[in-house]
Amino acid sequence: MAHLLLRHRDIPDIGKLDVYRKNGGFEAFKKAVTAMKPQEVTDAVKASGLRGRGGAGFPTGVKWGFVPNNIWPHYVVANADESEPGTFKDREIMESNPFQFLEGVAIAAYAVGANAAYVYLRGEFWTVAAILDEKIADMEKAGLLGDKLFGSDFSLRIHTHLGAGAYICGEETALLESIEGKRGQPRIRPPFPAVYGLYGKPTVVNNVETLANVPLIVEKGADWYKSLGTADSAGVKIFSLSGHVNKPGNYELPFGVTFRELIYNYGGGVTDGRPVKAIMAAGASSAMIVADDKALDTPMDYASVRTLGADLGSASVIVINDSVDMDWVINKTIHFFKHESCGKCTPCRDGTYWMLHLIERIERREDIEANTELLHTVAKQMQNKCLCPLGEFSTMAVTTAIERFPADFEASVNGGKHG
Amino acid sequence: MLAEKYPGEIKKILAKYPPEYKQSAVMPLLHLAQLEKGFVDRHMMREIADLCGITETDVAEIVGFYTLYHDKPEGKLRIQVCTDIACALRGADEFLVNLCERLGIQPGGTTPDGLVTVEAVMCLAACDRAPMFQVQGPDGISYHETMTVDKTMAFIETARKEVK
Repeated sequence: MAHLLLRHRDIPDIGKLDVYRKNGGFEAFKKAVTAMKPQEVTDAVKASGLRGRGGAGFPTGVKWGFVPNNIWPHYVVANADESEPGTFKDREIMESNPFQFLEGVAIAAYAVGANAAYVYLRGEFWTVAAILDEKIADMEKAGLLGDKLFGSDFSLRIHTHLGAGAYICGEETALLESIEGKRGQPRIRPPFPAVYGLYGKPTVVNNVETLANVPLIVEKGADWYKSLGTADSAGVKIFSLSGHVNKPGNYELPFGVTFRELIYNYGGGVTDGRPVKAIMAAGASSAMIVADDKALDTPMDYASVRTLGADLGSASVIVINDSVDMDWVINKTIHFFKHESCGKCTPCRDGTYWMLHLIERIERREDIEANTELLHTVAKQMQNKCLCPLGEFSTMAVTTAIERFPADFEASVNGGKHG
Repeated sequence: MLAEKYPGEIKKILAKYPPEYKQSAVMPLLHLAQLEKGFVDRHMMREIADLCGITETDVAEIVGFYTLYHDKPEGKLRIQVCTDIACALRGADEFLVNLCERLGIQPGGTTPDGLVTVEAVMCLAACDRAPMFQVQGPDGISYHETMTVDKTMAFIETARKEVK
């Protein structure tokens, strides 16, 4: 099947405006603005079953429907902060098929009545921001952004905003704080951004990949979109495959493809021909999946992955072979979350600090049994107590690695990464 | 003074945000200022504070929170190697150690000529092309993917001639 999101792999130069338009580009935006009411656009996205691709999987159309019509102005913000270890899909969309994403931003803005939209990119995406600035200028010149678009009363401007190195800014309220020129620390919710967002105004925040799906839904209809994927998870997904595989990369596939198919058919199998030991389906925020036959044959959609005691998240699939012990893996993930904790809430700030100290003791092979038990307790104590998902995420790999791979935390094991 | 050197850029940055929310410009202005010397000094922070209608302390707070801003000089080029889980499974830790050994520095250290600082950083969203690093320098940030120590040394040699 031809790619729907990674269309540059089939159509060279789709990153150029004339090529994108020759291939139907901006017809969906035009159709929305000239032939549909904003509510109809939202209804179509709702009916399509599209769920947020940033990790939470929340229904996109429902999110748009939360925006109240008695508080103005409204904003749309594209979350291009892509920072989850193992995730590198939004970058490819923005670099190589940028107009489909920007068309999605424009349609979302029309649907919720926003005249300004911001694309929040992680600061490291310096060159990606330059690409988008150029594409936005192309759209302005072509009359696709600006005042009274397609002869309607709808006006829209899109701006890029670069972050500066902070994983937490992928959390939507921290992201909004960051655009406002503050430290990226999450807000206490409710109120949610749909009501109290950027500059205290109703704001829709959507992931890049989510928005890139929107033009397809408007163009081809909700029923067509729903026919792709599974009953629980409509459409296609970009799976970012990394770690111990021969062909790491992005694979755009319908929801429901199994782990085995992704790793062996698409990913070319496991490095050094070794068996898969564990899979992290949602990047560093994953619960550790024991890669037995049942897991490998599980379809990758939101509901099915949950039966394995894990989440699909943003579908950043990190494959780990049997040369690695899990203490080494969680040393990496804890180190990451300790570094990225914003410091606002105590369970996360202190919890990640103590988890790091404990895993370092384990890595030094100091009283492994007692320190492992204490590490597990600290992680459990943090759960359901943190202000935002970051703190919760930091515990997922820790508790599940200890519970599901107990042999890796025994005193007789050397620990670490071998081979 | 940034205002004298970059009047057009500053105007463009401020125009992105509603006039009553000039504070939003603090991050893009810091990115702009940092291109000058690779870090943001007190004078720049004061000027940015004035441009945004906030205090110098507010600006320093932003510099302190976000890892891409620096308030001290280091190497002209900061080579920032991702050593997170996905990259580490593909040899990023070994790459960092070997690169530092070739340069005769410790991770986090700077070469004696002040050209290059090498440090480990968190995930850079390029997990399929490890080992990889980004370079923060006078032209902003660039990615260097599927790297070897030899390729990196060649890159540094080229940069040595170009970066003054």
